[in-house]
Amino acid sequence: MSWDLKSDRPIYSQLIEQIEIKICSGIFAPGSKLPSVRELAQEAAVNPNTMQKALSMLEEHGLLYTNRTSGRFITEDIKMIQQAKQKLAQEQISEFLEKMKSLGLNKTETLSIITTMLEEAKK
Amino acid sequence: MSSILTCKNLSKSFGSKQALNNINLNIEKGRIIGLLGPNGSGKSTLIKLCNDLLKPTSGELQIMGRTPGIETKKVVSYLPERTYLNDWMKVSEIIQMFQDFYQDFNIEKAYDMLKRLNVNPNERLKTLSKGTKEKVQLILVMSREAQLYLLDEPIGGVDPAARDYILDTILGNYQENATIIISTHLISDIERILDDIIFLKDGQVVLTKSVDEIRDENGKSVDSLFREVFKC
Repeated sequence: MSWDLKSDRPIYSQLIEQIEIKICSGIFAPGSKLPSVRELAQEAAVNPNTMQKALSMLEEHGLLYTNRTSGRFITEDIKMIQQAKQKLAQEQISEFLEKMKSLGLNKTETLSIITTMLEEAKK
Repeated sequence: MSSILTCKNLSKSFGSKQALNNINLNIEKGRIIGLLGPNGSGKSTLIKLCNDLLKPTSGELQIMGRTPGIETKKVVSYLPERTYLNDWMKVSEIIQMFQDFYQDFNIEKAYDMLKRLNVNPNERLKTLSKGTKEKVQLILVMSREAQLYLLDEPIGGVDPAARDYILDTILGNYQENATIIISTHLISDIERILDDIIFLKDGQVVLTKSVDEIRDENGKSVDSLFREVFKC
């Protein structure tokens, strides 16, 4: 499992994003137990305090919950995971649309390229 | 949160040269702090003052409310910039010496790390390469269960792969509430493990901030900010 961290944005916000992706893609399955803060921090090669901060924020958003005695778990609420997935997808797509705009492509042109590519991928 | 290290109007001069000029700092428990600054900015002087290797010219420095001395050395684990170990000794003999010397030394931890870093305990120090010697020193320092770790240039002489491993070792082996102060100019290699940074320039503190604040407010890494602040 890799952690790809950029150097120009706060680390905790990047950790949040990447854990969300791991939850959406099922690497962290719904209802399963999350590794400890220390393990996660070591794996991502970041400070445990930073990892702690990211996890508490994810907890506030509801994607994680803490069981007082047995640790931290991924939510079992599939709807909530779907919502997170939707949000991440929208972010990616609006970033992509911005890039297309800077290439001088309008919405119709962009869409037609996507459609053609999808058609070709089907073959 | 309670503080582990405080400096009040701390100054240190060597003759007419002022190495530290009126430093005020308050470092909390449980943080990893980067002590960053160009060559000759006073990083090592500050660390040596913490270890009672130098005495302040004026002002005061306290570790857990005490002036540096025998009592503070029990809880401070120090990695000096230069090696002080006898190079005729075997690695295993040095480990034994540390075990005798420090109450908080964890010998199992030391042997475990030696194994993972592929250092043979039966070799004499003088037969080891510079980088391997540095690894041995860091292993000795991180095998103590101390309150405060002072690491003066811990990754300078080792290759990038070992550097990653060493950072991993630092992250994996410090105690939950312990504080680590790392002095270095290899900022991009270590900034993701830091909570806070202290920028020193000509013996003065020019900036203390958390790494996330810097990235949030300036939209750049600590490394790029450093290059900007200390532009030659």
